[in-house]
Amino acid sequence: MELILAVVLGILTASGVYLLLRGRTFSVILGLTLLSHAVNVFLFAMGRLKTGSPALIGVVDDYADPLPQALVLTAIVIGFAMTAFTVVLALKAAVELRSDHVDGEAPNEDRL
Amino acid sequence: MSHLLLMPVLLPLLAGALLLLWPGLGLALQRVIGVIASLSLVVVGLQLLALAASGDYHLYALGNWAPPFGIVLVLDRLSALMLVLTAVLAAFCLLYACQGTDRLGMNFHALFQFQLLGVNGALLTGDLFNLFVFFEILLLASYALLLHGGSRARSRAGLHYVIINLVGSAVFVLALATLYGVAGTLNMADLALKVAAAPVSDRPLYLAAGVLLLVVFGIKAAILPLLFWLPRAYTAASAPVAALFAIMTKVGIYAILRVFWLVFGTGDDPLQVELLAWVWPLALATLLLGGLGALGSLSLRTLTAYLVILSVGILLATLTLASPQALAAALFYLVHSTLMTAVFFLMADLIGRQRDQGYDRFHVQAGMNNRWLMAGLFFVAAISMAGLPPFSGFISKVWILHSVYSLEQGFWLWAVILFAGLLVLVALSRGGSAWFWSSPACEKQRPLNPVELLLVVVLLSASGLLSLNAEPVMGWMLLTAEQLMEPGAYLQAHPKVAELLPGGVWK
Repeated sequence: MELILAVVLGILTASGVYLLLRGRTFSVILGLTLLSHAVNVFLFAMGRLKTGSPALIGVVDDYADPLPQALVLTAIVIGFAMTAFTVVLALKAAVELRSDHVDGEAPNEDRL
Repeated sequence: MSHLLLMPVLLPLLAGALLLLWPGLGLALQRVIGVIASLSLVVVGLQLLALAASGDYHLYALGNWAPPFGIVLVLDRLSALMLVLTAVLAAFCLLYACQGTDRLGMNFHALFQFQLLGVNGALLTGDLFNLFVFFEILLLASYALLLHGGSRARSRAGLHYVIINLVGSAVFVLALATLYGVAGTLNMADLALKVAAAPVSDRPLYLAAGVLLLVVFGIKAAILPLLFWLPRAYTAASAPVAALFAIMTKVGIYAILRVFWLVFGTGDDPLQVELLAWVWPLALATLLLGGLGALGSLSLRTLTAYLVILSVGILLATLTLASPQALAAALFYLVHSTLMTAVFFLMADLIGRQRDQGYDRFHVQAGMNNRWLMAGLFFVAAISMAGLPPFSGFISKVWILHSVYSLEQGFWLWAVILFAGLLVLVALSRGGSAWFWSSPACEKQRPLNPVELLLVVVLLSASGLLSLNAEPVMGWMLLTAEQLMEPGAYLQAHPKVAELLPGGVWK
């Protein structure tokens, strides 16, 4: 279980970082999404991977930690809002700058 | 427990929600609500400053859940100082924005209040995850404020700013997850205790989390490899927004102070030392880059953006030396540089609109209305910014240099600060002479808004005021620095955490 999770996290993060470093806004946004997925799953796993243990102290010896779920829920909501905002911003930039490059122009153009 | 502590968070939240949810609210009424909320923040900030002056830590447990299980707001000298600085800066920026900038797009005032909500929350919170949430509020509002009014330059700069900060947020959660996975808590006081008592096998994990946090705060504060978003974003923003953003890099520095001095700063062998060893060379390089960038800037706004970078370099380099004197001097410089950066951004707009063409670009020769007035304003502001007497820039720099004089690393700081200061002086004189020495006759009369001029002059005179009242201010900064260097008292202030302390007392 731990090994699978670690491998999945690694692949997600690596793909996310690779896509982040691309030049077009669409792949950058996909990269951000993958990266935040990886981060959320990591945060979730920090409550330790367990099955069949309730989140109640005193009932069983081996209880689960509910806090990371609350944290990850917050992080997901924020991440969702941010992704929505970035998509709109990227569309706005693509229309205004007539280019979907993250720099909004060919690299050698004069910036002032 | 005084409810006053919640006001810096609650006031902008309610004002912002009201502005957003009230349908068909006219611009005049929006301005009134925004200005009232901002001015009451100043009053609340001053009251909190008086409250914090006793030197105690004041806790506000939200929902009365005791820490470390609930979220707390913590007020000490440092957070009170930052709250007042934010409130004063915001009041000036908002009044300036009311002169027409807020007309350029929708919901300016609501966004402005949400920005203040994020900043104030980040300054007060005593919980790391809560810090993340307030950072996100602050960032989301700043994205929208940066793009407010809309233009090609803003879309372009905004995209960079948003993407790098989203990556920063992902790294922030990663660091928090690591900390929670090892310590099982995110309350700063509780975490400090856990980190200090950590077995040797856990140290690399804490160190990794610490370095990740350094990256996050480094993006916020604009430390060298993470600062390339800043000049373009600050140049593209409208004047009052850029002036308000002067506080944003300082919030990053505040977070570094809070987390590295408290969470990683307790115990016999604190991790802080290893973390700050990373900061020192980067801070010096940031400082140097700020000076070089200022020299190579083509417009006053870009120059100011590089001055922000320079101030971040000076602050961080001084902070890492970790003596109370140096820390206090850095705090004095923090107040000075925040106010002066705001003056410069507003002044760039004021002067730019008095010119026939070219706005604030140095290489465009153009006629200027009210040339003598503008030149005088620029001259005084430049003197204060460059650190020449009699203004606060001089006092803060002298104090920094004096406080590091006897330290081993002081030599490098002296060399770099003085060299960068020379570069800034050259850059400012060159810019000033290009504009004011010989400008062609102006083609058309441009009205000068007296309110805008007054706001800039009053904000600028704050620098003079700071230098006139330097002694009491320096005394306050020294007490603040001493409080910050004694994290034990912070832990004592948390009742449930204090119970966990060995013997109930923290050495």
